[in-house]
Amino acid sequence: MQLAYIDDSRSFPANPGGARVEDYVLLLKPRVMSLVVFTAFVGMLLAPSGINPIIGAIAILCIAVGAGASGALNMWYDADIDQVMSRTANRPIPAGRIERDHALALGLVLSAFSVMLLGLAANWLAAGLLAFTIFFYAVIYTMWLKRSTPQNIVIGGAAGAFPPMVGWAAVTGSITLESCLLFLIIFLWTPPHFWALALYKQSDYGAAGIPMLPNVAGEAHTKLQILAYSIVLVAVTLVPGLIGMSGIIYTAAAALTGVGFLYLAWRLFRTRDDKTMRKAGRSLFTYSLSYLFVVFLALIVDHAVRLLGLLP
Amino acid sequence: MTLPAPSKDDDAPRRRRRRSLALALVLGGLVLIFYVLTIVKMGPSVFDRVL
Repeated sequence: MQLAYIDDSRSFPANPGGARVEDYVLLLKPRVMSLVVFTAFVGMLLAPSGINPIIGAIAILCIAVGAGASGALNMWYDADIDQVMSRTANRPIPAGRIERDHALALGLVLSAFSVMLLGLAANWLAAGLLAFTIFFYAVIYTMWLKRSTPQNIVIGGAAGAFPPMVGWAAVTGSITLESCLLFLIIFLWTPPHFWALALYKQSDYGAAGIPMLPNVAGEAHTKLQILAYSIVLVAVTLVPGLIGMSGIIYTAAAALTGVGFLYLAWRLFRTRDDKTMRKAGRSLFTYSLSYLFVVFLALIVDHAVRLLGLLP
Repeated sequence: MTLPAPSKDDDAPRRRRRRSLALALVLGGLVLIFYVLTIVKMGPSVFDRVL
């Protein structure tokens, strides 16, 4: 099934003055990058062994640049559909501020440098994981899944879930149950987060021909899926407390914010008319951003408190 | 008869200069990273040698 609006002959407005530096920064998706840096940092901090702070800082930089590189590759490939959607129409390529080839070159060069530097600075397992993350986001998600299946963001969500695992691997040189748990939290958070967005941006995705779940399976089914994923997500966020990875501070924060998440998912599920559904979808989308931040922040606060011996 | 002046983007040289400066900073940063990384990887033993 090929639904997406693919037209490589479509030309983008020319920019005779050349791109601004800020446009190249935008190409790296700085907002996504900040979340990647934060979750990778949490992964590094929670890892049982230590790391030289300079090597740790270089590892974080590599993960950030790797995430930015995959963002540039995503914008290079998706320029045609970005031009159709209001949310993305002002990105540097569809707005004509950067040429597509430049974005491709930047993405490839930054990918190669970030992976090689991480391998030299930390270890080659972390570098391999970073390379796989970039490949997964740029090729598996962007080039394949996004335009071909409504499960695009479920499977593609793995790309966004890898950074804490890369951070953990940079410190320990291994993949453990704990790092997989960090991966799983972000992996399960992604579907309700993006489907909430897709519910109130349905027309955008429809115009671009992207087979998001609401456009393909309908709103009722999407709302049910959001609720189901939210229940599993909140249950999984409680596991670190159960296996002794985190203590009472984290468990309390995860439980409290989880109740809020479930309430908003339930409220969205119960909506009947289009206007309240859009409003509830937007609320859940906004809340989910803070939710992930708070859950990961609680992990490091809890860890720090336990390290200092203030709480069991 | 006077011809209209060709359109000129006055901002172009400034943008090019800023792009060049940004690239120079990135390359300089990369050199610094490799230098610091080398020192850190060698560790304290870098000073442990017969003079």
